[in-house]
Amino acid sequence: MDITSPAFKSNVKRAIGDKQLQRAMGNVKVGFVKKRAAARENLPEFDQLRDQARDIKNHTLEHLDLYYEIYEKKVEATGGSVHWAATAKDARDIILEICQAHGARTVTKGKSMIAEEIALNEHLEAAGITPVETDLGEYIIQLRNEPPSHIIGPAIHLNRDQVEASFRAAHTHLPDDRSLEEVSELVDEARQVLRQKYIDADVGITGANYLVAETGTSIIVTNEGNGDLTQSLPKVHIVCTSLEKLVPTLEDVSTILRVLARSATGQEFSTYTTLSTGARRKGDPDGPEEYHVVILDNGRSDMLGTEFQDMLRCIRCGACMNHCPVYHSVGGHAYGWVYPGPMGAVLTPSLIGIDQAGHLPNASTFCGRCEAVCPMRIPLPKMMRHWREREFERHLTPRTVRTSLSLWAFLARRPALYHLAASTFIRALKLLAFGRSRLKSAPFAGGWTKYRDLPMPSGRSFQESWRAGGDE
Amino acid sequence: MPETVPKVGLFVTCLVDVFRPGVGWAAVKLLRDAGCEVDVPRGQTCCGQPAYNTGDRADTRAIAEKTIKAFEPFDYVVAPSGSCAGMLKKHYPELFEDGSALKASAEALSAKTHELISFLVDIMGVEGVDAAFDGTVTYHDSCSGLRELGIKEQPRKLLATVSGLTLEEMEESEVCCGFGGTFCVKYPDISNTMVSSKVGHAGETSAGLLLAGDLGCLMNMAGKLKREGSPVEVRHVAEVLAGALDDPAIGENG
Ligand code: SF4
Repeated sequence: MDITSPAFKSNVKRAIGDKQLQRAMGNVKVGFVKKRAAARENLPEFDQLRDQARDIKNHTLEHLDLYYEIYEKKVEATGGSVHWAATAKDARDIILEICQAHGARTVTKGKSMIAEEIALNEHLEAAGITPVETDLGEYIIQLRNEPPSHIIGPAIHLNRDQVEASFRAAHTHLPDDRSLEEVSELVDEARQVLRQKYIDADVGITGANYLVAETGTSIIVTNEGNGDLTQSLPKVHIVCTSLEKLVPTLEDVSTILRVLARSATGQEFSTYTTLSTGARRKGDPDGPEEYHVVILDNGRSDMLGTEFQDMLRCIRCGACMNHCPVYHSVGGHAYGWVYPGPMGAVLTPSLIGIDQAGHLPNASTFCGRCEAVCPMRIPLPKMMRHWREREFERHLTPRTVRTSLSLWAFLARRPALYHLAASTFIRALKLLAFGRSRLKSAPFAGGWTKYRDLPMPSGRSFQESWRAGGDE
Repeated sequence: MPETVPKVGLFVTCLVDVFRPGVGWAAVKLLRDAGCEVDVPRGQTCCGQPAYNTGDRADTRAIAEKTIKAFEPFDYVVAPSGSCAGMLKKHYPELFEDGSALKASAEALSAKTHELISFLVDIMGVEGVDAAFDGTVTYHDSCSGLRELGIKEQPRKLLATVSGLTLEEMEESEVCCGFGGTFCVKYPDISNTMVSSKVGHAGETSAGLLLAGDLGCLMNMAGKLKREGSPVEVRHVAEVLAGALDDPAIGENG
């Protein structure tokens, strides 16, 4: 998928001007927030579970090699195979090769952010294989040829009318006069269209929320049950995932699951939690004949041992974006790649480079709401600041910002000079204000006065009046 | 409550120093009323957030060193801002290497630094103020104060003792106003969306006065309200608690 992160500012302008998107975002900012708050309220040990979940992932990341050794053996022992993909290209090639080895013409897909990250659909299509998304949200955006705008609700930026229009345009074999007024009718229609696809598919591709070392199991969590059919009906099941998904035991998974759905949608548990272990054994009534796990690195192992390691705890619940006022203002597409919101602002620069994604960690007020709700207690603002530090070190910070900052810092390090400058600044502002209590425009603060007035100083500096020994 | 008269160094903050010195005086009054001895060391400038949040650690450290030194003689450091107090308390120690002498000094500063209103309530045990305000107000919870320092009940507790004052909560009082320091000029379009939503919520209440504990947020919200022609006025919470209402509200004509 094309990266438009460098054009973040123009993406933002477009998003803010998009009335329909703004309405959709209005729903996000109320709905998710209330549901998570209620779920948290109902589970007194919620915050303790967050600590445990954090510790489980930290422990795993510290011993990743050890646990992967166990995991790989288990997968092989259960008749599956593990494939390591250093880059997105490697992952695409591995998956394509498996599909081609089985002469695949259609593949069904469960929801997978890693498949988005490696732009799998485009790659399969180019090779003459038709990918069919089976998650409703993913199906909708596939019809519309759009990227997801949210990691758990890929079509959250759309309204019902837009979905209806896409269905009518795509499902031309159905009668024109059918009713699609109700959301349930849309869901039914998607189910009906997809049913045959499940049966026709040669390969099923899913993501994985977790990989379990002790059993070699991969786990997906869905609300639609689409993942089950995707992975059990075709002859081949490919799990498309990334290396930070590993946890040691099933017990660990159950701890993390207790915070996942509550943080994401406010549910106690997602409707379906599906465990897959290996290929079909003799005597099994169903299941795939082949089970492949493709594990993507794509820059993640470089994060280990750095100030960005904590980001690898992320379980993709979406709570950070659900609570982010910047995300609420601009939606997911403005971020310009696969991962939006606060988690994207930290992860995207790691995966595509800070030179491309520089705006993302900068477009934050550090309000801290993301960190406050992150079930894995990832210090997102702190890591966005680390990206700004890397930018500053590499002189990627815009020159105008650097120049004014260094002038200001020069003064801030010299109190006597600083106080003099403050008094002079106030006098200059007062001259400019000409007796007014606020300015409608100011040449030095265009970003401010574009949208708001600039209140003027109400007297001489506090330091000056304090030294003068009294109140004004 | 401390047994001897505590010596408080007021960290004025750069915005209060330049734009609204009255907030500094209100802080001085509240601290003195609570039984503190107040001084304002001249060795202070800004807490360093503009540099820190731009990724410039070297300058931030240099500024932090000045601040640490300026406040060495005091029992407490108090700032009329959750954001600046949070910087001194939560972020200064992160600037220095573990085990270094400067880290130890930064930690010592951190331990004695407080935001004004929480200092009055939590440390000085202030139960109420001697002030009056006739009208309804609403209160915005600024982010750093709320989430870094846990300031939520303290201002409400003291506001409840202002005679004649009614507090009416607004929707989403805990959501960021869109100021974010340099954020508001770097990403003006996003900032505007956020502050529009914020003043919208303030306007839905019957309050004629919007309060908060951070001047950056206050100037942002006041600037937006005035641009929209709203009659809602904006003040720092300390002004109301100190009964310091002689200055016109932020951005208003005298
Ligand atoms: S960063 Fe935290 S809140 Fe955001 S998606 Fe990941 S786990 Fe969820």
